[in-house]
Amino acid sequence: MVRIETRGASVDFPIFDAKSRSLKKAVLGMVGGNISSENHKVPVIEALRDISLTIEEGDRVALVGHNGAGKSTLLRLLSGIYEPTSGSAVVQGRVAPIFDLGVGMDPEITGYENIMIRGLFLGMSRKQMESRVDEIAEFTELGDFLAMPLRTYSTGMRVRLALGVVTSIDPEILLFDEGIGAVAGSFLDKARDRLTRLVERAGLLVFASHSDELLGQLCNKAIWMEHGRIKQQGGLREVLTAYKGRDPFLDTATTPA
Amino acid sequence: MAVTESSPSAWTSARRDLSGGWRQRELWAHLGWQDIRQRYRRSVLGPIWITISMAVTAVGLGLLYAGLFGNPNDVQLPHILVGFIVWAFISGCILEGADVFIANEGLIKFLPAPISVHVYRLIWRQVLLFAHNLIVYVVMLIIFPKPLSWGSLMAIPAFLLLTLNGTWVAFFLGMASARFRDLNPIVGSVVQLVFFLTPIVWIYGDFLHSANPNIAERARLAELNPFLHFVEIIRRPMLGQSNVWHSWVVVLAITVIGWALTLWALRRYRARVAYWV
Repeated sequence: MVRIETRGASVDFPIFDAKSRSLKKAVLGMVGGNISSENHKVPVIEALRDISLTIEEGDRVALVGHNGAGKSTLLRLLSGIYEPTSGSAVVQGRVAPIFDLGVGMDPEITGYENIMIRGLFLGMSRKQMESRVDEIAEFTELGDFLAMPLRTYSTGMRVRLALGVVTSIDPEILLFDEGIGAVAGSFLDKARDRLTRLVERAGLLVFASHSDELLGQLCNKAIWMEHGRIKQQGGLREVLTAYKGRDPFLDTATTPA
Repeated sequence: MAVTESSPSAWTSARRDLSGGWRQRELWAHLGWQDIRQRYRRSVLGPIWITISMAVTAVGLGLLYAGLFGNPNDVQLPHILVGFIVWAFISGCILEGADVFIANEGLIKFLPAPISVHVYRLIWRQVLLFAHNLIVYVVMLIIFPKPLSWGSLMAIPAFLLLTLNGTWVAFFLGMASARFRDLNPIVGSVVQLVFFLTPIVWIYGDFLHSANPNIAERARLAELNPFLHFVEIIRRPMLGQSNVWHSWVVVLAITVIGWALTLWALRRYRARVAYWV
């Protein structure tokens, strides 16, 4: 069963500045008599507060909110990278995140090798990846470039590669954090088809983006984040309307009011 | 609300991290190889350079110290060579272990994978380096034959023990130095000091049986250095010398205590690593 459920989950980031991060401070703080408040406690940033949500199989959730509202942190909570500092988060299913397309990619090795490593990271076996390489090569349209070191690739080409791998491995939980903007338009159509099919086939999608058009095509539900809390969750149109102050899907073709 | 974990207990999730990472051995085995090939990419000789530089160091220092200590070459050279090979493995596990999570910050923050993957990759890389250096050892055996016997096979369990200890050290130091960044330079200077305190270059037995009672007295202090025992359990069989059983006992004890400490730390702090790096 593919499912994400969090209950009252919070994420606090400890901020160790150069001083409080040192062993010296910790040791002195332990034995010394001088207890100033900053010695005593590491300042924290409350990145997420009291997140309770349930995402079921087949859900395609748009994640909206201003910069710094906690969208990226929420995605990492949902992927299991961050375990909540309080509350609980249960993630069932194989997660494939696309957060930063450069991560996990080695610029010095070829596209083929990068496909292999990324696949292995996402829990595939070497055999499974070998049988998929051709399909990924075809999907990415990179051709002979796949035998070149990754550092020769443009940003758009890297995005294609990352998308190609992720969409080829049948992940059960897809988590996207923007960054898709760098892809050429025609390729995006292709990726979108593939993503839509993928989500239809199985699993669930959580997609953080500022693009109403993309969200409208890929998602059916939405979560609106503000200051690390869920401000509103529900149907896509309803939440987006509340978030934008107008209905974004009303006559998008004509000039805005 | 006391429920702070995404799984039933912190203990279970620590165990799951260790075993989940082990299951992904295709991944870290691949990455470990990659690390080595990467270092010598575009060089003509490639990873053979590992072997060559070990041979050059060991022969150079072997000849130097054979002269300084007045030992025959066929004693001093093999002693230094095997000492260096073992020390390269030990110091590699410690030094790179202290950096293992910091260096993999990007992967830890962006890809959900057990953190043990990074440790296994590091240890595997050290094992591969060790294997490259063994070539020099084999060549040495041809030039300076040693009275190897069945007892020499004890080098194999000894190496397994070294690997087991390297693993807990990397987990423990990796977590601690992700939290306290001062630990890294401390570890660096301690490892350098320990190199001189451990009989890698000098021959422990020579000083222990020295005619000068003061020197013999001092030499006995080296027994307090745990690294001496780690080096001895593997070097003695590799050079065809008899096994010293109390060294085995010391190493076994450190293995058990070290792992107990590390499992406790993993249970308590594993989930914090993503926050600390």
